[in-house]
Amino acid sequence: MMIQRLLAVFAWVATVLLAGCGTAPSSTGPASNASAEKSLILATTTSTQDSGLLDELLPAFTRDSGWQVKTLAVGSGQAIELGRRGEADVLLVHSPAAEVKFVAEGGAGSRRLVMHNDFVLVGPRADAAKIRGTSSVEAMKKIAAAQAVFISRGDESGTHAKEKDLWSKAAVPPGGSWYQSTGQGMGETLRVASEKAAYTLSDRATFVTQRGTLALEVLSEGDPGLLNVYHVIEMTKKAGDRVQPDGAKAFADWIVAPPAQRLIGAFGRAKFGQPLFTPDAGADEAELGQ
Amino acid sequence: MDVLFDGLLDAIRLLLSGDQDSWSIIMLTLRVSLTATAIALLIGLPLGATLALARFPGRRMVLAAANTGMGMPPVVVGLFVTVLLWRSGPLGGLELLYTPTAMVIAQAAIATPIVVALVAAALQQVDPDFRVQMQALGATPIRAFAALLGEARLPLLAGAMAAFGAVVSEVGAAQMVGGNLAGQTRVLTTAAVLATSRGQFSLAIAFGMILLLIAFAVNLSLTLMQQRRTVLR
Repeated sequence: MMIQRLLAVFAWVATVLLAGCGTAPSSTGPASNASAEKSLILATTTSTQDSGLLDELLPAFTRDSGWQVKTLAVGSGQAIELGRRGEADVLLVHSPAAEVKFVAEGGAGSRRLVMHNDFVLVGPRADAAKIRGTSSVEAMKKIAAAQAVFISRGDESGTHAKEKDLWSKAAVPPGGSWYQSTGQGMGETLRVASEKAAYTLSDRATFVTQRGTLALEVLSEGDPGLLNVYHVIEMTKKAGDRVQPDGAKAFADWIVAPPAQRLIGAFGRAKFGQPLFTPDAGADEAELGQ
Repeated sequence: MDVLFDGLLDAIRLLLSGDQDSWSIIMLTLRVSLTATAIALLIGLPLGATLALARFPGRRMVLAAANTGMGMPPVVVGLFVTVLLWRSGPLGGLELLYTPTAMVIAQAAIATPIVVALVAAALQQVDPDFRVQMQALGATPIRAFAALLGEARLPLLAGAMAAFGAVVSEVGAAQMVGGNLAGQTRVLTTAAVLATSRGQFSLAIAFGMILLLIAFAVNLSLTLMQQRRTVLR
């Protein structure tokens, strides 16, 4: 009896499995115009996923190119590490200093400018450290002097790299009980800052898309030091035997071409009343934000 | 608190409206976790039975290992499976990483120690005289074993429920080996985490409610199966 029932359970599982397999082809439908199932791995930052930009871009890319995309939304540090190990085919990241170093190592192919937005220093309306309207470096000094709680990403992401850069420019090594590290993505980190009435550094896209759920305001913005620049980096066979340079090139070529750049420029305009990213393909990085 | 109520409404709306994305997430959750549980039962039943009934050197060590395995953090299992399945890893050629198959592998690895440990415990608590009696009555070893399973069916099905509950609710391994790819490897737990990080709290709560509902439905059918004969007696 017992065994019969267990068999019945397995039969049921098998049915569910078959039902699942039946629906699977429909989810890969867009690739049917391609000769074979092609799938590349894109390692990118949490900001491009949490803001919803990728939801807008990737279906269009798959439609145009026939490549399915597996997206790993991680910090820029981890994304670069995945590229270095040949576990990803193409990177879309925003940690310029680390990127330049990475490309110099030789495993990566071309690195091209895609878009930018900016970082903003956000905090509670009460603004105990009085950073409203100050420059970013001045703001960091004031936060440290007031020992106001600052929430750091602490995850080697592009935003974390920028934050460390600001601390070093302000010549105040952060530490002590007021400096707290979440080790999580931008959305979670903003939430922690909001709950603790603390300061944090965020990319503008993630902050704007989540502003409604946060008790935080933009307090310091607009200086050139807060620019947030995204590059696409193609990986090559030098990083690993199974890297697909053709997929990497297809994605990189596509995202810097005019149709994708138009999608980027329009993203967020309808919903948030402002574009969240500025398309920059072909521009000179040194002239951004001027 | 509004978020909880909105989440409940969202859950009902998602279920009733036949939203394509949500249903594919629900079906994938069931497919992955039920398959993983089935595999864990296939491996765990004979293994647990051997540990309960046979006597061999190192038996207690293996039992202790299985009991430890019950508390293994999913994220550690996920990391282990990820490294094995990396392009540069030993199984990289299979190209399984970020597929539902990889999630089944990881979840089966999480569930198997649970099944082994609970099966071993279940069969050990059956009166040893029972087996002697069966043999004295002239039952073949297979029939005796089947009767033994029947005798221990309550704790055995509890083991299956514990295994399913562990894998359907875990997020660490599903996120790491599945990658939470939309339409491909997104399950209810990883969808809830993503919705949370996007600030869509009521949607996250809705996914959580649907997860509870699924766990309840599966456990209800197993419980009915478990209790039926007891009631009939």
